[in-house]
Amino acid sequence: MAQMETLQKSSTGNIKKKMRISGSEALILSLLEEGVDTVFGYPGGAIMPIYDALYGYQDKLRHLLVRHEQGAAHAAQGYARVTGRVGVCFATSGPGATNLITGIADAQIDSTPIVCITGQVPAHLLGTDAFQESDVLGISMPITKWNFQVTKPEEIPTAIARAFYIARTGRPGPVLLDITKNAQFGELDYEYVPCEKIRSYHPYPIVNQEEIIEAASIINNAKKPYILAGHGVLISGAEKEVIALSEKANIPVASTLLGLSSFPPDHPNYVGYLGMHGNYAPNVLTNECDVLIAIGMRFDDRVTGNVNQYATKAKVIHIEIDPSEIDKIIKTEVGINADAKQALQVLIPKVEKASHTEWIEEFRKLEKIEYEKVVKGDVYPQSGEIKMGEVVRMLSEISKGEAIVVTDVGQHQMIASRYYKFRKPNHIVTSGGLGTMGFALPAAMGAQIGQINEKVIAIAGDGGIQMTIQELGTIFQYNIPVKIVVLNNDFLGMVRQWQQLFFEKRYSFTEMTNPDFIKIADGYGIPGKKVTKREELQDALQTMYDSDGPYFLEVKVEMEENVFPMVPSGESVSNIRLE
Amino acid sequence: MTDIYQDQTGQAIEKQFTISILTEDKPGLLNTVTIVFTRRKLNIDMINVSASEVQGVSRYTIVLTTTRDQVEKVVKQIRKHVDVLGAFVYEEEDIHYQEIALYKVPTEIFVGSTEVEQIVRANNARILVIEKEYIVIEKTGHKHETSALFEKLKKYGVLEFVRSGRVSISKSKRKTEHYLEELERSTTHSLNNNGTII
Repeated sequence: MAQMETLQKSSTGNIKKKMRISGSEALILSLLEEGVDTVFGYPGGAIMPIYDALYGYQDKLRHLLVRHEQGAAHAAQGYARVTGRVGVCFATSGPGATNLITGIADAQIDSTPIVCITGQVPAHLLGTDAFQESDVLGISMPITKWNFQVTKPEEIPTAIARAFYIARTGRPGPVLLDITKNAQFGELDYEYVPCEKIRSYHPYPIVNQEEIIEAASIINNAKKPYILAGHGVLISGAEKEVIALSEKANIPVASTLLGLSSFPPDHPNYVGYLGMHGNYAPNVLTNECDVLIAIGMRFDDRVTGNVNQYATKAKVIHIEIDPSEIDKIIKTEVGINADAKQALQVLIPKVEKASHTEWIEEFRKLEKIEYEKVVKGDVYPQSGEIKMGEVVRMLSEISKGEAIVVTDVGQHQMIASRYYKFRKPNHIVTSGGLGTMGFALPAAMGAQIGQINEKVIAIAGDGGIQMTIQELGTIFQYNIPVKIVVLNNDFLGMVRQWQQLFFEKRYSFTEMTNPDFIKIADGYGIPGKKVTKREELQDALQTMYDSDGPYFLEVKVEMEENVFPMVPSGESVSNIRLE
Repeated sequence: MTDIYQDQTGQAIEKQFTISILTEDKPGLLNTVTIVFTRRKLNIDMINVSASEVQGVSRYTIVLTTTRDQVEKVVKQIRKHVDVLGAFVYEEEDIHYQEIALYKVPTEIFVGSTEVEQIVRANNARILVIEKEYIVIEKTGHKHETSALFEKLKKYGVLEFVRSGRVSISKSKRKTEHYLEELERSTTHSLNNNGTII
């Protein structure tokens, strides 16, 4: 009861007339209050009362039956990433809940707002090893922004209010509510009061003026300033502010993997994509800049390489909403703990106009080297087997860089991130921090549901697609018009590449004997085509892109293609290899 | 530049730190707090959790040995948890602290000699309970003091020995209640329903 009081104390708002209803119905009504229109889920014993209540609200709350709970979590992520709204999924207790875990961990590390509702055995059976009981709270604790077990029906509205408030505010993240069956069945006097405040939780820190002044002074004295735009730019909607800062002081901008699509790829100040398989110039010149302005990013080791040899000449200004990220990896000169948009709005007027054309020219010089040594051969190969790069280049051209691209994890992911020109914000959905194979198909499904009028292209490898291939069933059942491109090299390509480069070509269990993917798609009633020849590629991609419904395109690509450039693991970003 | 947290070779020095944490009094929070240490494979030397002077607020005192850099990162990650009200790192000189130890010894060692009694007195310990079979001695003090008494009693046969986790009070003048009031007030921005700052 003490918990309930705290929950209620944290909420204020309009009091509505109370109704006597079941916990399950209260859950559905609470979701509707939060503006939820879509749920991805899978029923089971311990969540049946909620599904029963849902039955009566199908006109207001759409439910998509996935084929595996991991798919529900990823679909909710895809939905959240392209809409900025909270994605919602349902699963039953025990195995249903544990199947969500991969998606929850992915959402946590990639700051994605989702609310997962899991059924739980009745409260009196908790801790007894009851059928399909598992300690979901304990399991999900380290990978959720917040989790809570509801054991009484009257706790449901406040728990939902708090869950959505926490998931979407500050640095977004996953929340799990574990609801015992008795709480679903029992009745309560329902009223809904949204949560607007929690005393122990301060999602939007005030911008510290002194820090801004100090940062501005450092930027104004910089000779080689350099902006790194991360996911936080997209989450806070600071795209215009980053452009304004970059243009005012003429600062080059590079993007992290999750920051892609936050800055226009054709902008004269855009210098490319950071990280292990990022562009040559933005990696190498990290060690030449004298001021590094990191915005809404967390210096992942795939971005920094060896931290002791990273940004060695730079004073680091880190704008980041999560205070625990500041000074976690890279020591800062000025750490600005604030929302990116807010901080930039205060910072920009204090930054003086400047010109750094020579500095930007340094990027262009290296860019030319990369183009000659890597890019040209990747995207315009003259002979040999089809390369992943040319497929992505054509997709980018056909879609004018305006499609939502959802990738899986591995070589194709790096190629898609490198060669697709993302011209619209929030148009890349990829698993960055966790690197979850099997992400693309369900996440694309969720993204398409979230943005039904956009073209959504899922790009996956032959390995990742088979981890969640059963979601073709969901796509078929609801006719979700996702375009699926499988770049098939009959290998777990990224691991094979590492085996080639660092394990003396000992290809230990990376070769795959694959099924006839088109037959599988056909079994699900999804049209498809397999392309093996370069001359068929353009037309096949166009046909896929123009099709109204879902489409499955398999492209046989070069078996032992390597992704370059590459910063070898543990080495400095300066040691990035072009071949 | 050398600093006090590095030795001459630039290696970070491990020290004992006391972390004081205020949280909402809710089930599961102990786990969320300790999991932050588990993740970094940090061993907790001592932990004490109890109600604070403010109703509904728990106070944790955690002692661990690590580097300054690690402890600061850990504390930031603890502070980030939704139900954590505050977390602070202290070194020995920043706090007043105490531990308590209980020693169960056979009653017979007090019989026929004043030796043990003198040890108890000399160590500022006291007798808590006298039973027919055993006597419980209580001593408050820092670890080296309670350990010293244990060493002295050992040869007489200690049946059971237990030492509490550290409890500490900071030297700061801040009143917990004021800190919480400030927290309540400092909701910096209001939000509309979509989570947009207004």
